Amino acid sequence: MKYFFLFLFLIIFSAFSFSQLEVCNTCSIKSIKQAIKIADTGATILVKKGIYIEDSIIIKKPLTLKGIGKPVIDGKKKGYVIEVNSENVTIDGFVIKNVGVSYTKDYAAVHLYKSNNFKLLNNRLETVFFGFLIEKSDGGIVKNNIVSSNAQHEYNSGNGIHLWHCDSVEINGNECFGLRDGIYFEFVTNTLIHKNTSHNNLRYGLHFMFSNNNEYHHNHFQKNGAGVAVMFSKFLKMHHNIFENNWGNAAYGLLLKEIYDAELRNNEFRNNTTAIKAEGSTRVNYSNNNFVENGWAVKITGACYENKFTLNNFVNNSFNLSYNSKINDNSFNSNYWSDYSGYDLDRNGVGDIPFRPVKLFNYVVNQTPESIVLMRSLFIDIINFSEKVSPVFTPDEVKDNTPLMKKNPFQLKLN
Amino acid sequence: MLKIFKYSFFDLIRGKWSLIYFGFFFISSMSLLYISGDVAKVIISLMNIILLLNPLIATIFGVMYFYNSREFSELLLAQPIKRRDIFLGQYLGLSVSLSISFILGLLIPFAIFGIFSTNQVTNAVTLLFVGTILTLIFSAIAFYIALRNENKIKGFGTAIFLWLFFAVIYDGIFLLLLMTFNEYPLEKFALVSMIFNPIDLSRILILLNLDISALMGYTGAVFNQFFGNMLGISISIFVLLIWIVTPIFFFLRSLKKKDF
Amino acid sequence: MDKTIKISGLHKSFKKLHVLKGIDLTIDKPGIYAVLGPNASGKTTLIKVMLGMVIPQKGNVEILGENIKNNPFYRKNISYLPQIARFPENLKVSELLEMIQDLQKRKGDTDDLIKGLKLEPYLDAKLVSLSGGTKQKVNVVLTFMYDNPIIILDEPTSGLDPISMVYLKKKIQEEKEKGKIILVTTHIMPLVEELADEIIFLLEGVISFRGSASQLKLDQGGESIEIAIANLLTKQHA
Repeated sequence: MKYFFLFLFLIIFSAFSFSQLEVCNTCSIKSIKQAIKIADTGATILVKKGIYIEDSIIIKKPLTLKGIGKPVIDGKKKGYVIEVNSENVTIDGFVIKNVGVSYTKDYAAVHLYKSNNFKLLNNRLETVFFGFLIEKSDGGIVKNNIVSSNAQHEYNSGNGIHLWHCDSVEINGNECFGLRDGIYFEFVTNTLIHKNTSHNNLRYGLHFMFSNNNEYHHNHFQKNGAGVAVMFSKFLKMHHNIFENNWGNAAYGLLLKEIYDAELRNNEFRNNTTAIKAEGSTRVNYSNNNFVENGWAVKITGACYENKFTLNNFVNNSFNLSYNSKINDNSFNSNYWSDYSGYDLDRNGVGDIPFRPVKLFNYVVNQTPESIVLMRSLFIDIINFSEKVSPVFTPDEVKDNTPLMKKNPFQLKLN
Repeated sequence: MLKIFKYSFFDLIRGKWSLIYFGFFFISSMSLLYISGDVAKVIISLMNIILLLNPLIATIFGVMYFYNSREFSELLLAQPIKRRDIFLGQYLGLSVSLSISFILGLLIPFAIFGIFSTNQVTNAVTLLFVGTILTLIFSAIAFYIALRNENKIKGFGTAIFLWLFFAVIYDGIFLLLLMTFNEYPLEKFALVSMIFNPIDLSRILILLNLDISALMGYTGAVFNQFFGNMLGISISIFVLLIWIVTPIFFFLRSLKKKDF
Repeated sequence: MDKTIKISGLHKSFKKLHVLKGIDLTIDKPGIYAVLGPNASGKTTLIKVMLGMVIPQKGNVEILGENIKNNPFYRKNISYLPQIARFPENLKVSELLEMIQDLQKRKGDTDDLIKGLKLEPYLDAKLVSLSGGTKQKVNVVLTFMYDNPIIILDEPTSGLDPISMVYLKKKIQEEKEKGKIILVTTHIMPLVEELADEIIFLLEGVISFRGSASQLKLDQGGESIEIAIANLLTKQHA
């Protein structure tokens, strides 16, 4: 009964005002554009189930577009599908597909420009060029969307969720695949990225630059062409993320380039060619991470200072650590290394002799990459052993003086 | 051939060496599994043992068996059966009995610790496969060496050297060449070099499972093609089979002209 | 069947060592033939050629009318007693007997031999546990269990105790009476005098004498074969 009155109220109310409009194939308003045109500021437009062939839908006033039963907006590959240039716009529950492809313009399913307090919820974006292209917009949320495309080449594909010059945005529970970069940030600050999945993208699952003070947690990145790349950013927090199955010479579970004051903890890196590659990164704390069955768990190149590795598990990686220089200003303490062969006579859970994570074979492979086919051969074991006894080629001071005898029992669960 | 195989197999499998060989694998894999809870780690340790020991044992036993059964072989040669059948039978008897000791020595602990229901099942099966193939290859090589050398000391020496060569020296020379010529594209050279050493080839077959993430880190197209799909596995297995057939072929060829 | 051994133009050398230098030998009468000669004269090689173990460079060997080249099956007509007895260690005596019969694809007459050589208690023993003499007895069983027209004995008495030796000699005589060709190599001259119908003497790769023991003594002079042979050898070297 309650609902009946509500319904009656809504009908009467809508008859007198355009603050609530309905769009459907049999309604008096048949197109979304038309509805937007006549809608009052702050109005709600309910779009019923159906296929709407429209592009360049421009929103210049605060509005709520709500799809009922997943209506489809088909842009027919002409250009932008929805363009927003107003604050307080909500787009909720649509399927938007067939965004135009251009070499000069960043066509997107939804393009926001200077549009604060946006809400992009529960949409499915298919065969997009760019998915959500959000520029100079602060204080919004992108939640529970699925963005996908069938990108073949980097030069003619776009990104899933692309933020440029934004602040205080929440990216939550989205899935991105088949794009160039799944999630892309440039000049984005104070943003929370969590519970997203980004996989099978051509280039990066997550890619950001010049984006400080952001927090990333409980995200899952896998099978991306180049993994995850983060560059030129400060004060970043990454925890409880999974990085897995990124294979290839230039693919990284996580590539850190010019990163300062970051905290990486409780992440899991599994089955990557290189789990972490750090280039010129300083004051990064790596703790409680799991590195399992990667080709290289950690590769350090260039000037990396004051990084701390503590309480991480290095389990069955082909190489634990690779250094391209003999200078070391990083510390490794109390990590678990599965190939540690020392003993613990005083039974305090800490090995009595230090562990050297850099093997001579690392050095050999750096010099002569083809020699990788000799991995785990007896000859290599012999030269590794002799290097261990008297280090010549590998940095002497890179060692864990307190290696754990047992795995740090941290288990990562997403969601 | 099958008759000779049957009797020489019965002879060998009842011998104390079969039991010792079985016991060695059984005890080492049991204790490794018991001490370390990490199956992947155990697989790596066992891989090192198998790549080293299976060729060595097959080589030594092959030479020893051939020399020890010389007089009996002469008795058999006086029987109305083909030479080929006598020695193929003996070869099979030896390699199958060694393989069975080895397989059971691993299989039973694997089964006890339920490895076949973990994600390490492929690695475990690869280990069993590779160990068996190496036994077959190196007992064939040992037979050939023993046939070609009347002098037992020389035969043993040659066989042990050949083992050492394949197990260690070969890789050393290979690495030296790689480092000397690292200005040049060496991808094909690297892969082809691995093909000429059955121990390396077996190792690569295991690496294809164990360290595929690292192998994919190399840029070259040939490597990626080789390691990136079934091609590498198929070629490796095929070449390993050739490695069994080749020494047997040379053995049989020399056998025809051999004076006992 | 053609009951003969025909060897013609047989040459064999091992690397640089020319061991057999044109052997022509026809044996067409049954009897016991002692193949004698000093060490390295080619006795063993000659026998091994007949058994197909050594492959000659030149020459023709026909046994019972069959050319032996690339043909293992003529050997079903030959019984061979090797000099040294070594068998698969972990087989039992009974299993070894079974194995040979299995390979020959025919039953042999083992019971009398086992009884005669007193081997019954050892049938279930592993061959590794047997003494050298007992093993040689097993060898004797393997040799005489088939009724083959040709018997080749390589130092048959080595390692045998006197009782078994007597038994073996009796056995050889019996077989001879059945009309067989029996080739024996030995260093024991009394045995030759006792058994041999004919002596085939090899020296430096050729047959330097063939005939009966009395003929040899007559030719070379001497009361015993040993002396006759010694005379023959000195003459050769003179």
